[in-house]
Amino acid sequence: MCGIVGLFSKSPSIENHLGELLARMLIEMTERGPDSTGVAVYRDRAPGSMTKITLLSRDGEFDWQGMNDEVSRVFPGSGSLKSAENHAVVTIDAPASRFREWVAGEHPELYINSTGTSMEIYKEKGLPSDVVDRFGVSAMQGTHALGHTRMATESRVTTEHSHPFSTGEDLCLVHNGSLSNHNRLREFLVKQGLDFYTDNDSEVAAGYLTWRLREGMSLDEALQAALLDLDGFYTFAIGTRDGFAVLRDPIACKPAVMAETGDWVAMASEYRAIAVLPGADQAECWEPEPATVYSWSH
Amino acid sequence: MLGTGTGDGLQLESLKLMRLFNLDEVSLRELNQALHDCNGSDEASAWTVTNTKGKHAVAAGIDAPLEVTVNGHVGYYCAGMNKQGQVTIRGNAGPGVAENMMSGLVRVTGNASQYAGASAHGGLLVIEGNAGSRCGISMKGVDIVVRGSIGHMGAFMAQKGRMVICGDAGGALGDSLYEARIFVKGEVAGLGADCVEKPMAEEHEREVAQLLEQAGISGVDAAGFRRYGSARKLYHFNIDNVDAY
Repeated sequence: MCGIVGLFSKSPSIENHLGELLARMLIEMTERGPDSTGVAVYRDRAPGSMTKITLLSRDGEFDWQGMNDEVSRVFPGSGSLKSAENHAVVTIDAPASRFREWVAGEHPELYINSTGTSMEIYKEKGLPSDVVDRFGVSAMQGTHALGHTRMATESRVTTEHSHPFSTGEDLCLVHNGSLSNHNRLREFLVKQGLDFYTDNDSEVAAGYLTWRLREGMSLDEALQAALLDLDGFYTFAIGTRDGFAVLRDPIACKPAVMAETGDWVAMASEYRAIAVLPGADQAECWEPEPATVYSWSH
Repeated sequence: MLGTGTGDGLQLESLKLMRLFNLDEVSLRELNQALHDCNGSDEASAWTVTNTKGKHAVAAGIDAPLEVTVNGHVGYYCAGMNKQGQVTIRGNAGPGVAENMMSGLVRVTGNASQYAGASAHGGLLVIEGNAGSRCGISMKGVDIVVRGSIGHMGAFMAQKGRMVICGDAGGALGDSLYEARIFVKGEVAGLGADCVEKPMAEEHEREVAQLLEQAGISGVDAAGFRRYGSARKLYHFNIDNVDAY
């Protein structure tokens, strides 16, 4: 079991309180996923051709000040690195691939949580209430966000096994369910040149979408293809630069509720996570149909 | 103003007399305990529950002729195991509403999520909106009336009871059906294994009309429903299939 939440703002008042509302939604999903918690927040778009990167230190204590100096030296024109515990966000004037290469060589102890222009991913072991506090999620403003609370069923409880998983520039995936063909699919994707950091099934789903998008499919096409290639149970929420998408497998055992008002669109594993939003009792509410792609964008 | 005490006998007694439960102010445990304290009693009384906000197991486990009105959306297993109770949910219900109901009435004025009325043995479940997937899965004697449509795998492995769907039914309707009977007015996306259409006689139309009336569903003509039931080929042993065992 896991909990998924997503919130898409349609008004400035929601944008201003995006993190606070997302945190409340996540805390409602505590019983569905007490092992670890993660969020992807879309905010503060990097200017021009700059790339925004979220880093995760696997070693706990990390000298982020030193890292800031090093990044400024190697990537001239970088913004100042902002750290939150074992995570840090930095914008650089270079493509993500160059940064990835440099980190792999110079800082293998760092994990790249996300790359893009506006997405930031924070994830960690622990209860939602603790994790959102540690990263100051409630103070975050932004256009849209996804969150996940994990109850591990098929692989270990570590930070790297936590959701969201990045699937490309400004793209991420959260998953409630379990896949049965992830080992074979992972072998296939590794042959296509994808890297995997864990034995987690959801990371394979993320890798699959990354591969399909890299091969030129649109997100919608990639999700339609996933319906044929992924075997198992899933409710997915996929964060994109401008919005989010939702997909349930054809059997649709894993719950999902969506709701919309004039101010927001939300999705969650259960209505109680939506009930915390302003005007929820007046919202139009429905369950997404099986094997159907839903998407919103700004 | 109701207290938020820890549920000592005195306080529960006072809560019961007020029969209004605002779940922003009293806990779900206190509500359900107060309902269960009536179990076994013949006294009929009216209860109202507010601010449910998707909570689980609201008014589950009733065993008395209580009238409970739940104002708001509920989460999993609302009115589960209901016996005698008349529970009305003014809103949407999450998965497993009226699961394993034994008798009484559960009414949802909005939509119900998956496996509504699962394994229910008796009573009447009315859904005035639509129901999700697996509605009436393994039902064992309950009657289910849905004003709207139902999702896929409705009445999966249903053993006994009747299901009336005024709208459409999703795919694999009645898969592995035993002796439950299904009536659908709209389109059926597909029938599951061993579920077949059967002739609709006058007596069946009367039966549908009676169930609609019992459910308080007006504006739906009992004419034009189609009847589905088990072909009884799957659950009876057939010597020709011996190799498959």
